[in-house]
Amino acid sequence: MINADVAMTSEADTTINVEKIRTDFPILKLNVGDKPLIYLDNAASCQMPQQVIDRLVHYQTTQHANINRAVHYLSEVATMEYEKARHRVQQFVNAREDREIIFTSGTTDSINLVMQGYGRKFIKAGDEIILTTLEHHSNIVPWQMLAEEKGAVIRVVPINDAGELDIEAYEKLFNDRTKFVGLIHVSNALGTINPVKSMIAFAHQHGVPVLIDGAQAAPHMAVDVQDLDCDFYVFSAHKLCGPTGIGMLYGKSSLLESMEPFKGGGDMIASVTFEKTTYAAIPHKFEAGTPPIAAAIGFGAAIDYLCSVGMEQIAAYELELLHYATESIQGIKGARIIGTAAHKTAVLSFVLDGIHPHDIGTILNEDGIAVRTGHHCAQPVMERFKVPATSRASFAFYNTKSEVDALMAGIRNVQKIFL
Amino acid sequence: MNTKSLYQEVILDHNRKPRNYGKLEHPSHHAVGHNPLCGDRLDIALQIENNQIDQIAFHGESCAICKASASMMTAAVKGKSPTDAEILINEFREMATGKLDLNNPNHLGRLTVFSGIRDLPTRVKCAILPWHTLHAALNAVSSVSTESDNDPMHAAPGSG
Ligand SMILES: Cc1ncc(COP(=O)(O)O)c(C=O)c1O
Repeated sequence: MINADVAMTSEADTTINVEKIRTDFPILKLNVGDKPLIYLDNAASCQMPQQVIDRLVHYQTTQHANINRAVHYLSEVATMEYEKARHRVQQFVNAREDREIIFTSGTTDSINLVMQGYGRKFIKAGDEIILTTLEHHSNIVPWQMLAEEKGAVIRVVPINDAGELDIEAYEKLFNDRTKFVGLIHVSNALGTINPVKSMIAFAHQHGVPVLIDGAQAAPHMAVDVQDLDCDFYVFSAHKLCGPTGIGMLYGKSSLLESMEPFKGGGDMIASVTFEKTTYAAIPHKFEAGTPPIAAAIGFGAAIDYLCSVGMEQIAAYELELLHYATESIQGIKGARIIGTAAHKTAVLSFVLDGIHPHDIGTILNEDGIAVRTGHHCAQPVMERFKVPATSRASFAFYNTKSEVDALMAGIRNVQKIFL
Repeated sequence: MNTKSLYQEVILDHNRKPRNYGKLEHPSHHAVGHNPLCGDRLDIALQIENNQIDQIAFHGESCAICKASASMMTAAVKGKSPTDAEILINEFREMATGKLDLNNPNHLGRLTVFSGIRDLPTRVKCAILPWHTLHAALNAVSSVSTESDNDPMHAAPGSG
Protein backbone atom coordinates (compact mmCIF):
# COMPACT_ATOMS: atom_id res chain seq x y z
CA MET A 1 0.00 0.00 0.00
CA ILE A 2 2.90 2.29 0.57
CA ASN A 3 5.83 2.90 -1.72
CA ALA A 4 5.65 0.25 -4.40
CA ASP A 5 2.00 0.75 -5.29
CA VAL A 6 2.27 4.47 -5.26
CA ALA A 7 5.18 4.32 -7.67
CA MET A 8 3.16 2.15 -10.03
CA THR A 9 0.07 4.30 -10.09
CA SER A 10 1.94 7.59 -10.23
CA GLU A 11 1.57 8.40 -13.90
CA ALA A 12 -2.00 7.25 -14.29
CA ASP A 13 -3.57 8.73 -11.22
CA THR A 14 -2.56 12.33 -10.64
CA THR A 15 -6.09 13.60 -10.32
CA ILE A 16 -5.24 16.58 -8.21
CA ASN A 17 -6.55 20.02 -9.04
CA VAL A 18 -3.60 21.99 -7.73
CA GLU A 19 -4.92 25.42 -8.64
CA LYS A 20 -8.09 24.74 -6.68
CA ILE A 21 -6.16 23.28 -3.78
CA ARG A 22 -3.95 26.35 -3.61
CA THR A 23 -6.99 28.55 -3.04
CA ASP A 24 -7.58 26.60 0.19
CA PHE A 25 -4.29 27.89 1.64
CA PRO A 26 -4.49 31.61 2.43
CA ILE A 27 -0.79 31.87 3.28
CA LEU A 28 0.18 30.90 -0.27
CA LYS A 29 -1.04 34.34 -1.40
CA LEU A 30 1.66 35.98 0.69
CA ASN A 31 4.44 38.08 -0.81
CA VAL A 32 7.97 38.04 0.57
CA GLY A 33 9.27 41.50 -0.18
CA ASP A 34 7.95 42.00 -3.69
CA LYS A 35 8.06 38.32 -4.65
CA PRO A 36 5.29 35.77 -4.27
CA LEU A 37 6.03 33.22 -1.58
CA ILE A 38 7.28 29.88 -2.87
CA TYR A 39 7.07 27.62 0.13
CA LEU A 40 9.35 24.59 -0.19
CA ASP A 41 9.98 23.89 3.49
CA ASN A 42 7.09 21.51 4.00
CA ALA A 43 9.19 18.84 5.70
CA ALA A 44 9.84 21.30 8.52
CA SER A 45 6.19 22.33 8.77
CA CYS A 46 3.29 22.30 6.35
CA GLN A 47 0.81 25.15 5.82
CA MET A 48 -2.79 25.08 7.04
CA PRO A 49 -5.84 25.18 4.78
CA GLN A 50 -8.81 27.45 5.48
CA GLN A 51 -10.90 24.39 6.39
CA VAL A 52 -8.67 23.65 9.37
CA ILE A 53 -8.41 27.32 10.37
CA ASP A 54 -12.22 27.50 10.25
CA ARG A 55 -12.51 24.40 12.38
CA LEU A 56 -10.28 25.95 15.04
CA VAL A 57 -12.34 29.14 14.99
CA HIS A 58 -15.59 27.17 15.18
CA TYR A 59 -14.34 25.22 18.17
CA GLN A 60 -13.05 28.26 19.95
CA THR A 61 -16.16 30.33 19.27
CA THR A 62 -18.85 27.72 19.98
CA GLN A 63 -17.50 24.56 21.61
CA HIS A 64 -14.71 25.28 24.07
CA ALA A 65 -14.59 24.09 27.67
CA ASN A 66 -12.33 21.74 29.56
CA ILE A 67 -12.83 18.08 28.71
CA ASN A 68 -13.64 15.03 30.85
CA ARG A 69 -14.49 17.14 33.87
CA ALA A 70 -17.93 18.64 34.01
CA VAL A 71 -21.48 17.67 33.25
CA HIS A 72 -22.33 20.96 31.58
CA TYR A 73 -23.11 21.35 27.90
CA LEU A 74 -19.85 22.81 26.64
CA SER A 75 -17.68 20.34 28.50
CA GLU A 76 -19.64 17.53 26.92
CA VAL A 77 -19.37 19.01 23.44
CA ALA A 78 -15.65 19.64 23.81
CA THR A 79 -15.06 16.12 25.16
CA MET A 80 -17.03 14.63 22.29
CA GLU A 81 -15.18 16.65 19.66
CA TYR A 82 -11.83 15.79 21.22
CA GLU A 83 -12.68 12.08 21.18
CA LYS A 84 -13.97 12.38 17.61
CA ALA A 85 -10.57 13.74 16.64
CA ARG A 86 -8.96 10.70 18.25
CA HIS A 87 -11.27 8.53 16.20
CA ARG A 88 -10.21 10.33 13.00
CA VAL A 89 -6.58 9.61 13.82
CA GLN A 90 -7.43 5.98 14.55
CA GLN A 91 -9.11 5.64 11.15
CA PHE A 92 -6.30 7.52 9.40
CA VAL A 93 -3.65 5.02 10.51
CA ASN A 94 -6.06 2.07 10.70
CA ALA A 95 -5.45 1.28 14.36
CA ARG A 96 -7.70 -1.40 15.85
CA GLU A 97 -9.25 0.86 18.46
CA ASP A 98 -9.38 4.50 19.47
CA ARG A 99 -7.68 3.76 22.78
CA GLU A 100 -4.51 2.84 20.93
CA ILE A 101 -4.14 6.51 19.96
CA ILE A 102 -2.50 8.82 22.51
CA PHE A 103 -2.47 12.55 21.88
CA THR A 104 0.94 14.04 22.56
CA SER A 105 2.52 17.39 21.77
CA GLY A 106 4.24 15.94 18.71
CA THR A 107 6.67 13.37 17.37
CA THR A 108 9.39 14.30 19.83
CA ASP A 109 7.00 14.05 22.77
CA SER A 110 5.67 10.69 21.53
CA ILE A 111 9.16 9.19 21.29
CA ASN A 112 10.02 10.49 24.74
CA LEU A 113 6.82 8.96 26.08
CA VAL A 114 7.82 5.55 24.73
CA MET A 115 11.36 5.96 26.03
CA GLN A 116 10.09 6.89 29.52
CA GLY A 117 7.11 4.56 29.69
CA TYR A 118 8.45 1.52 27.88
CA GLY A 119 12.23 1.97 27.76
CA ARG A 120 12.80 2.80 31.41
CA LYS A 121 10.67 -0.15 32.48
CA PHE A 122 11.89 -2.85 30.13
CA ILE A 123 15.41 -1.98 28.99
CA LYS A 124 18.25 -3.05 31.24
CA ALA A 125 22.03 -2.88 31.45
CA GLY A 126 23.71 -4.55 28.49
CA ASP A 127 20.54 -4.52 26.36
CA GLU A 128 20.85 -3.24 22.82
CA ILE A 129 18.75 -0.68 20.97
CA ILE A 130 18.94 -0.56 17.18
CA LEU A 131 18.63 2.82 15.46
CA THR A 132 19.61 3.91 11.94
CA THR A 133 21.93 6.54 10.48
CA LEU A 134 18.85 8.21 8.99
CA GLU A 135 17.19 9.00 12.32
CA HIS A 136 16.13 12.52 13.21
CA HIS A 137 17.80 13.70 16.42
CA SER A 138 14.46 13.20 18.17
CA ASN A 139 14.77 9.44 17.66
CA ILE A 140 18.41 9.40 18.76
CA VAL A 141 18.76 11.61 21.81
CA PRO A 142 16.00 10.05 24.00
CA TRP A 143 17.52 6.60 23.45
CA GLN A 144 20.98 7.91 24.25
CA MET A 145 19.63 9.31 27.49
CA LEU A 146 18.10 5.94 28.28
CA ALA A 147 21.26 4.04 27.31
CA GLU A 148 23.29 6.34 29.53
CA GLU A 149 20.95 5.82 32.46
CA LYS A 150 20.64 2.04 32.10
CA GLY A 151 24.00 1.09 30.68
CA ALA A 152 22.34 -0.08 27.47
CA VAL A 153 24.05 0.00 24.08
CA ILE A 154 22.97 1.71 20.86
CA ARG A 155 23.69 -0.06 17.57
CA VAL A 156 23.37 1.85 14.31
CA VAL A 157 22.25 0.62 10.87
CA PRO A 158 24.48 2.16 8.18
CA ILE A 159 23.32 3.59 4.83
CA ASN A 160 24.71 3.32 1.32
CA ASP A 161 25.74 6.16 -1.01
CA ALA A 162 22.17 6.59 -2.21
CA GLY A 163 20.97 7.12 1.34
CA GLU A 164 19.29 3.70 1.65
CA LEU A 165 19.52 1.51 4.73
CA ASP A 166 21.86 -1.46 4.56
CA ILE A 167 19.30 -4.16 5.33
CA GLU A 168 21.85 -6.94 5.52
CA ALA A 169 23.75 -5.00 8.17
CA TYR A 170 20.47 -4.36 10.00
CA GLU A 171 19.70 -8.05 10.20
CA LYS A 172 23.22 -8.84 11.41
CA LEU A 173 22.83 -6.45 14.33
CA PHE A 174 20.25 -8.69 16.02
CA ASN A 175 21.28 -10.92 18.90
CA ASP A 176 19.70 -12.00 22.15
CA ARG A 177 20.54 -8.67 23.79
CA THR A 178 18.52 -6.71 21.19
CA LYS A 179 15.50 -5.25 22.99
CA PHE A 180 14.20 -2.37 20.89
CA VAL A 181 14.28 -0.92 17.36
CA GLY A 182 13.70 2.76 16.53
CA LEU A 183 13.22 3.28 12.83
CA ILE A 184 12.47 6.33 10.71
CA HIS A 185 9.81 5.60 8.06
CA VAL A 186 10.86 8.40 5.71
CA SER A 187 14.09 10.36 6.10
CA ASN A 188 13.48 14.07 6.64
CA ALA A 189 16.96 14.95 5.39
CA LEU A 190 16.94 12.84 2.20
CA GLY A 191 13.41 11.64 1.54
CA THR A 192 14.37 7.94 1.57
CA ILE A 193 11.36 5.68 2.14
CA ASN A 194 12.54 2.75 4.23
CA PRO A 195 11.19 -0.80 3.80
CA VAL A 196 9.80 -0.70 7.31
CA LYS A 197 7.28 -3.51 6.91
CA SER A 198 9.87 -6.20 6.23
CA MET A 199 12.22 -4.69 8.83
CA ILE A 200 9.47 -4.88 11.44
CA ALA A 201 8.75 -8.50 10.49
CA PHE A 202 12.42 -9.33 10.93
CA ALA A 203 12.57 -7.68 14.36
CA HIS A 204 9.46 -9.58 15.40
CA GLN A 205 11.12 -12.88 14.48
CA HIS A 206 13.52 -11.96 17.28
CA GLY A 207 10.71 -10.85 19.57
CA VAL A 208 11.83 -7.22 19.43
CA PRO A 209 9.31 -4.35 19.37
CA VAL A 210 9.69 -1.56 16.81
CA LEU A 211 8.89 2.15 17.00
CA ILE A 212 8.36 3.86 13.65
CA ASP A 213 8.97 7.60 13.39
CA GLY A 214 6.37 8.48 10.78
CA ALA A 215 6.78 12.27 10.96
CA GLN A 216 7.67 12.43 7.26
CA ALA A 217 5.58 9.49 6.09
CA ALA A 218 2.10 10.21 7.43
CA PRO A 219 1.76 13.50 5.49
CA HIS A 220 2.70 11.89 2.19
CA MET A 221 1.32 8.35 1.97
CA ALA A 222 -1.40 6.11 3.35
CA VAL A 223 -0.20 4.51 6.58
CA ASP A 224 -1.71 1.31 7.93
CA VAL A 225 -0.30 0.37 11.32
CA GLN A 226 -1.97 -3.05 11.29
CA ASP A 227 -0.52 -3.88 7.92
CA LEU A 228 2.92 -2.67 9.01
CA ASP A 229 2.45 -4.49 12.32
CA CYS A 230 4.58 -1.85 14.05
CA ASP A 231 4.43 -1.69 17.82
CA PHE A 232 4.54 2.11 18.01
CA TYR A 233 3.96 4.73 15.33
CA VAL A 234 4.43 8.47 15.91
CA PHE A 235 3.95 11.73 14.01
CA SER A 236 3.13 15.44 14.39
CA ALA A 237 0.03 17.24 13.12
CA HIS A 238 1.89 20.35 11.95
CA LYS A 239 3.61 18.48 9.13
CA LEU A 240 0.21 17.38 7.90
CA CYS A 241 -1.65 20.69 7.53
CA GLY A 242 -2.62 20.68 11.21
CA PRO A 243 -1.71 22.85 14.19
CA THR A 244 1.56 22.80 16.13
CA GLY A 245 1.61 21.47 19.68
CA ILE A 246 -0.25 18.25 18.88
CA GLY A 247 0.81 14.86 17.61
CA MET A 248 0.05 11.21 18.13
CA LEU A 249 1.44 8.02 19.48
CA TYR A 250 -0.05 4.78 18.25
CA GLY A 251 0.80 1.79 20.38
CA LYS A 252 -0.51 -1.75 20.46
CA SER A 253 -2.91 -1.81 23.38
CA SER A 254 -1.11 -4.64 25.20
CA LEU A 255 2.14 -2.65 25.09
CA LEU A 256 0.52 0.61 26.16
CA GLU A 257 -1.13 -1.19 29.05
CA SER A 258 2.17 -2.65 30.20
CA MET A 259 3.84 0.76 30.26
CA GLU A 260 4.26 3.22 33.10
CA PRO A 261 2.65 6.63 32.68
CA PHE A 262 5.14 9.31 31.68
CA LYS A 263 3.49 12.23 33.46
CA GLY A 264 1.34 12.30 36.55
CA GLY A 265 -1.57 14.64 37.16
CA GLY A 266 -5.23 15.23 36.52
CA ASP A 267 -7.20 13.25 33.94
CA MET A 268 -4.82 10.29 34.03
CA ILE A 269 -6.09 8.69 37.23
CA ALA A 270 -8.88 6.39 38.27
CA SER A 271 -8.61 7.36 41.93
CA VAL A 272 -6.17 9.19 44.15
CA THR A 273 -5.54 8.90 47.87
CA PHE A 274 -2.29 9.75 49.58
CA GLU A 275 -1.80 6.03 50.13
CA LYS A 276 -2.32 4.92 46.56
CA THR A 277 -3.24 6.20 43.13
CA THR A 278 -4.79 3.99 40.49
CA TYR A 279 -4.16 5.07 36.95
CA ALA A 280 -6.86 5.50 34.36
CA ALA A 281 -7.07 3.08 31.45
CA ILE A 282 -5.36 3.88 28.15
CA PRO A 283 -5.36 6.30 26.42
CA HIS A 284 -6.09 8.63 29.36
CA LYS A 285 -3.30 7.13 31.45
CA PHE A 286 -0.88 8.96 29.14
CA GLU A 287 -2.76 12.25 28.83
CA ALA A 288 -2.18 13.99 32.14
CA GLY A 289 -3.47 17.52 32.50
CA THR A 290 -5.57 19.60 30.12
CA PRO A 291 -4.49 18.73 26.59
CA PRO A 292 -4.39 21.18 23.65
CA ILE A 293 -8.06 20.52 22.86
CA ALA A 294 -8.39 22.93 19.95
CA ALA A 295 -5.19 21.60 18.41
CA ALA A 296 -6.41 18.01 18.67
CA ILE A 297 -9.66 18.96 16.95
CA GLY A 298 -7.66 20.83 14.30
CA PHE A 299 -5.56 17.68 13.88
CA GLY A 300 -8.76 15.77 13.11
CA ALA A 301 -9.83 18.44 10.64
CA ALA A 302 -6.44 18.31 8.93
CA ILE A 303 -6.87 14.57 8.46
CA ASP A 304 -10.34 15.19 7.01
CA TYR A 305 -8.81 17.68 4.61
CA LEU A 306 -5.99 15.38 3.49
CA CYS A 307 -8.42 12.52 3.01
CA SER A 308 -10.67 14.74 0.91
CA VAL A 309 -7.70 15.31 -1.40
CA GLY A 310 -6.78 11.62 -1.14
CA MET A 311 -3.56 10.16 0.24
CA GLU A 312 -2.94 8.07 -2.88
CA GLN A 313 -3.46 11.14 -5.07
CA ILE A 314 -1.15 13.20 -2.86
CA ALA A 315 1.57 10.53 -3.04
CA ALA A 316 1.25 10.23 -6.82
CA TYR A 317 1.26 13.97 -7.47
CA GLU A 318 4.20 14.59 -5.16
CA LEU A 319 6.16 11.82 -6.87
CA GLU A 320 5.59 13.58 -10.17
CA LEU A 321 6.93 16.81 -8.65
CA LEU A 322 9.95 14.93 -7.30
CA HIS A 323 10.74 13.45 -10.71
CA TYR A 324 10.41 16.85 -12.33
CA ALA A 325 12.61 18.55 -9.73
CA THR A 326 15.20 15.77 -9.86
CA GLU A 327 15.48 15.97 -13.65
CA SER A 328 15.62 19.75 -13.55
CA ILE A 329 18.44 19.97 -11.02
CA GLN A 330 20.40 17.29 -12.86
CA GLY A 331 20.60 19.82 -15.69
CA ILE A 332 22.41 22.32 -13.48
CA LYS A 333 26.18 22.03 -13.54
CA GLY A 334 27.77 22.08 -10.10
CA ALA A 335 24.61 20.89 -8.35
CA ARG A 336 24.60 17.53 -6.61
CA ILE A 337 21.63 15.75 -5.07
CA ILE A 338 22.25 14.24 -1.63
CA GLY A 339 19.98 11.23 -1.30
CA THR A 340 19.16 9.31 -4.47
CA ALA A 341 17.24 6.37 -3.06
CA ALA A 342 15.03 4.36 -5.41
CA HIS A 343 12.01 5.08 -3.20
CA LYS A 344 11.71 8.67 -2.08
CA THR A 345 9.17 11.23 -1.01
CA ALA A 346 9.36 14.69 -2.59
CA VAL A 347 12.48 15.88 -0.80
CA LEU A 348 15.31 17.39 -2.82
CA SER A 349 18.41 17.79 -0.68
CA PHE A 350 21.29 19.27 -2.63
CA VAL A 351 24.66 20.99 -2.49
CA LEU A 352 26.25 23.41 -4.95
CA ASP A 353 30.00 23.27 -5.63
CA GLY A 354 31.84 25.96 -3.72
CA ILE A 355 28.73 27.59 -2.24
CA HIS A 356 27.69 27.17 1.37
CA PRO A 357 24.04 26.15 1.91
CA HIS A 358 23.39 29.11 4.19
CA ASP A 359 24.32 31.50 1.41
CA ILE A 360 22.06 29.57 -0.95
CA GLY A 361 19.15 29.79 1.48
CA THR A 362 19.58 33.51 2.09
CA ILE A 363 19.79 34.35 -1.61
CA LEU A 364 16.83 32.11 -2.53
CA ASN A 365 14.89 33.95 0.17
CA GLU A 366 15.41 37.15 -1.84
CA ASP A 367 13.35 35.47 -4.56
CA GLY A 368 10.66 34.57 -2.05
CA ILE A 369 11.75 30.92 -2.06
CA ALA A 370 11.68 29.20 1.33
CA VAL A 371 14.03 26.23 1.60
CA ARG A 372 15.70 24.80 4.66
CA THR A 373 19.47 24.90 4.98
CA GLY A 374 21.49 23.17 7.64
CA HIS A 375 21.84 19.67 9.01
CA HIS A 376 18.05 19.11 9.30
CA CYS A 377 18.45 17.62 12.79
CA ALA A 378 20.18 14.68 11.16
CA GLN A 379 23.87 15.25 11.77
CA PRO A 380 24.79 11.56 11.31
CA VAL A 381 23.40 11.78 7.76
CA MET A 382 25.49 14.87 7.01
CA GLU A 383 28.55 13.14 8.39
CA ARG A 384 27.90 10.10 6.21
CA PHE A 385 27.86 12.28 3.09
CA LYS A 386 30.77 14.39 4.38
CA VAL A 387 28.89 17.67 4.04
CA PRO A 388 28.39 20.15 6.88
CA ALA A 389 24.89 20.96 5.66
CA THR A 390 22.62 20.79 2.64
CA SER A 391 19.88 22.91 1.12
CA ARG A 392 16.58 21.10 1.14
CA ALA A 393 13.51 21.78 -0.94
CA SER A 394 10.63 19.68 0.37
CA PHE A 395 7.40 19.67 -1.60
CA ALA A 396 3.76 19.37 -0.65
CA PHE A 397 0.75 18.62 -2.83
CA TYR A 398 0.05 22.36 -3.19
CA ASN A 399 3.38 23.02 -4.88
CA THR A 400 3.57 23.25 -8.66
CA LYS A 401 5.99 22.57 -11.48
CA SER A 402 6.29 26.29 -12.07
CA GLU A 403 7.51 26.63 -8.49
CA VAL A 404 10.11 23.97 -9.26
CA ASP A 405 11.12 26.09 -12.27
CA ALA A 406 11.42 29.15 -10.01
CA LEU A 407 13.64 27.17 -7.64
CA MET A 408 15.90 26.15 -10.52
CA ALA A 409 16.11 29.76 -11.74
CA GLY A 410 16.92 30.77 -8.17
CA ILE A 411 19.72 28.20 -7.98
CA ARG A 412 21.17 29.45 -11.26
CA ASN A 413 21.04 32.98 -9.88
CA VAL A 414 22.95 31.90 -6.77
CA GLN A 415 25.62 30.36 -8.98
CA LYS A 416 25.84 33.54 -11.03
CA ILE A 417 26.32 35.67 -7.91
CA PHE A 418 29.15 33.44 -6.74
CA LEU A 419 30.77 33.01 -10.15
CA MET B 1 14.27 42.73 4.68
CA ASN B 2 16.84 43.63 2.11
CA THR B 3 19.37 40.89 1.69
CA LYS B 4 20.53 42.38 -1.60
CA SER B 5 22.60 44.78 0.44
CA LEU B 6 24.29 41.84 2.16
CA TYR B 7 25.77 40.05 -0.84
CA GLN B 8 27.50 43.16 -2.11
CA GLU B 9 30.55 43.07 -4.32
CA VAL B 10 32.88 43.81 -1.37
CA ILE B 11 31.66 40.75 0.48
CA LEU B 12 31.68 38.54 -2.60
CA ASP B 13 35.20 39.71 -3.39
CA HIS B 14 36.51 38.92 0.09
CA ASN B 15 34.83 35.54 -0.16
CA ARG B 16 36.49 34.80 -3.49
CA LYS B 17 39.90 36.20 -2.51
CA PRO B 18 40.10 36.15 1.26
CA ARG B 19 42.89 38.33 2.70
CA ASN B 20 45.27 36.87 5.29
CA TYR B 21 44.06 33.38 4.52
CA GLY B 22 46.35 30.63 5.80
CA LYS B 23 48.35 29.69 8.88
CA LEU B 24 51.13 31.23 10.99
CA GLU B 25 54.26 29.26 11.86
CA HIS B 26 54.56 30.24 15.51
CA PRO B 27 51.57 32.27 16.59
CA SER B 28 51.58 33.93 19.99
CA HIS B 29 47.77 33.73 20.14
CA HIS B 30 45.43 31.22 18.61
CA ALA B 31 41.78 30.09 18.78
CA VAL B 32 39.30 27.94 16.94
CA GLY B 33 35.70 29.07 16.56
CA HIS B 34 32.92 26.69 15.85
CA ASN B 35 29.26 27.07 14.95
CA PRO B 36 27.85 23.59 15.49
CA LEU B 37 24.51 24.60 13.97
CA CYS B 38 25.92 25.02 10.48
CA GLY B 39 29.25 23.24 10.80
CA ASP B 40 31.29 26.41 10.31
CA ARG B 41 34.82 26.17 11.68
CA LEU B 42 37.34 28.97 11.80
CA ASP B 43 40.95 28.93 12.93
CA ILE B 44 42.53 32.27 13.79
CA ALA B 45 46.21 32.78 14.63
CA LEU B 46 47.98 35.99 15.67
CA GLN B 47 51.47 37.21 16.25
CA ILE B 48 51.38 40.02 18.80
CA GLU B 49 54.56 41.95 19.50
CA ASN B 50 55.04 45.18 21.44
CA ASN B 51 51.32 45.39 22.06
CA GLN B 52 50.57 45.32 18.33
CA ILE B 53 48.95 42.71 16.09
CA ASP B 54 51.90 42.11 13.77
CA GLN B 55 50.49 39.19 11.87
CA ILE B 56 47.10 37.55 11.64
CA ALA B 57 45.86 34.63 9.58
CA PHE B 58 42.72 32.56 9.38
CA HIS B 59 41.52 29.41 7.70
CA GLY B 60 38.62 27.05 7.94
CA GLU B 61 35.33 26.11 6.38
CA SER B 62 32.41 28.46 6.35
CA CYS B 63 29.77 30.30 4.39
CA ALA B 64 30.55 33.40 2.36
CA ILE B 65 29.32 35.78 5.05
CA CYS B 66 31.61 34.25 7.66
CA LYS B 67 34.61 34.08 5.35
CA ALA B 68 34.24 37.65 4.11
CA SER B 69 33.74 38.84 7.67
CA ALA B 70 36.95 37.05 8.73
CA SER B 71 38.86 38.41 5.77
CA MET B 72 37.79 41.99 6.37
CA MET B 73 38.34 41.62 10.09
CA THR B 74 41.93 40.47 9.69
CA ALA B 75 42.62 43.39 7.38
CA ALA B 76 41.02 45.79 9.85
CA VAL B 77 42.84 44.69 13.01
CA LYS B 78 46.30 44.15 11.52
CA GLY B 79 48.67 46.70 13.01
CA LYS B 80 46.26 47.60 15.80
CA SER B 81 46.72 47.05 19.53
CA PRO B 82 44.66 44.30 21.18
CA THR B 83 42.73 47.04 23.00
CA ASP B 84 41.77 48.74 19.72
CA ALA B 85 40.86 45.34 18.28
CA GLU B 86 38.53 44.77 21.22
CA ILE B 87 36.82 48.09 20.54
CA LEU B 88 36.23 46.99 16.96
CA ILE B 89 35.00 43.57 18.09
CA ASN B 90 32.49 45.26 20.33
CA GLU B 91 31.29 47.66 17.67
CA PHE B 92 30.93 44.92 15.10
CA ARG B 93 28.91 42.79 17.45
CA GLU B 94 26.66 45.72 18.34
CA MET B 95 26.15 46.47 14.65
CA ALA B 96 25.37 42.86 13.74
CA THR B 97 22.79 42.56 16.50
CA GLY B 98 21.22 45.90 15.58
CA LYS B 99 22.25 47.71 18.75
CA LEU B 100 24.62 50.19 17.15
CA ASP B 101 23.38 53.51 15.80
CA LEU B 102 25.48 53.87 12.68
CA ASN B 103 24.90 57.62 12.70
CA ASN B 104 27.15 57.89 15.75
CA PRO B 105 30.92 57.91 15.29
CA ASN B 106 32.48 54.43 15.14
CA HIS B 107 35.61 52.72 13.90
CA LEU B 108 33.99 50.23 11.54
CA GLY B 109 34.66 51.90 8.19
CA ARG B 110 33.99 49.49 5.34
CA LEU B 111 32.85 46.84 7.80
CA THR B 112 29.45 48.52 7.76
CA VAL B 113 28.69 46.47 4.61
CA PHE B 114 27.63 43.88 7.17
CA SER B 115 25.01 46.12 8.76
CA GLY B 116 22.22 44.36 6.80
CA ILE B 117 22.87 41.17 8.76
CA ARG B 118 20.82 42.50 11.67
CA ASP B 119 17.68 41.82 9.61
CA LEU B 120 18.65 38.16 9.21
CA PRO B 121 18.81 36.75 12.74
CA THR B 122 19.75 33.28 11.53
CA ARG B 123 22.83 34.68 9.80
CA VAL B 124 24.09 36.98 12.56
CA LYS B 125 26.25 34.21 13.98
CA CYS B 126 27.91 33.63 10.62
CA ALA B 127 29.15 37.22 10.56
CA ILE B 128 30.08 37.30 14.23
CA LEU B 129 31.96 33.98 14.45
CA PRO B 130 35.35 35.41 13.32
CA TRP B 131 35.12 38.31 15.79
CA HIS B 132 34.11 36.00 18.50
CA THR B 133 37.08 33.75 17.74
CA LEU B 134 39.45 36.73 17.65
CA HIS B 135 38.14 37.82 21.04
CA ALA B 136 38.87 34.33 22.37
CA ALA B 137 42.38 34.31 20.92
CA LEU B 138 43.17 37.71 22.43
CA ASN B 139 41.95 36.45 25.79
CA ALA B 140 43.86 33.17 25.58
CA VAL B 141 40.78 30.98 25.22
CA SER B 142 41.65 28.27 22.74
CA SER B 143 38.23 27.24 21.50
CA VAL B 144 34.80 28.80 21.42
CA SER B 145 31.40 27.76 20.23
CA THR B 146 28.47 29.93 19.24
CA GLU B 147 26.29 27.57 21.27
CA SER B 148 27.95 27.58 24.68
CA ASP B 149 25.92 29.04 27.52
CA ASN B 150 28.62 31.24 28.94
CA ASP B 151 29.32 32.76 25.58
CA PRO B 152 29.47 36.53 26.09
CA MET B 153 28.72 37.09 22.41
CA HIS B 154 25.71 34.88 22.30
CA ALA B 155 23.54 35.86 19.37
CA ALA B 156 20.06 34.80 18.30
CA PRO B 157 19.56 31.06 17.74
CA GLY B 158 20.75 29.95 14.33
CA SER B 159 18.90 27.78 11.89
CA GLY B 160 19.31 24.06 12.50
C1 LIG C 1 11.56 12.42 10.80
C2 LIG C 1 11.25 13.38 11.89
N1 LIG C 1 11.16 12.95 13.14
C3 LIG C 1 10.86 13.78 14.15
C4 LIG C 1 10.65 15.11 13.94
C5 LIG C 1 10.33 15.99 15.11
O1 LIG C 1 9.03 16.45 15.03
P1 LIG C 1 8.48 17.50 16.08
O2 LIG C 1 9.48 18.61 16.11
O3 LIG C 1 7.16 17.92 15.53
O4 LIG C 1 8.38 16.82 17.40
C6 LIG C 1 10.73 15.61 12.64
C7 LIG C 1 10.49 17.03 12.35
O5 LIG C 1 11.36 17.86 12.30
C8 LIG C 1 11.05 14.72 11.60
O6 LIG C 1 11.15 15.16 10.34
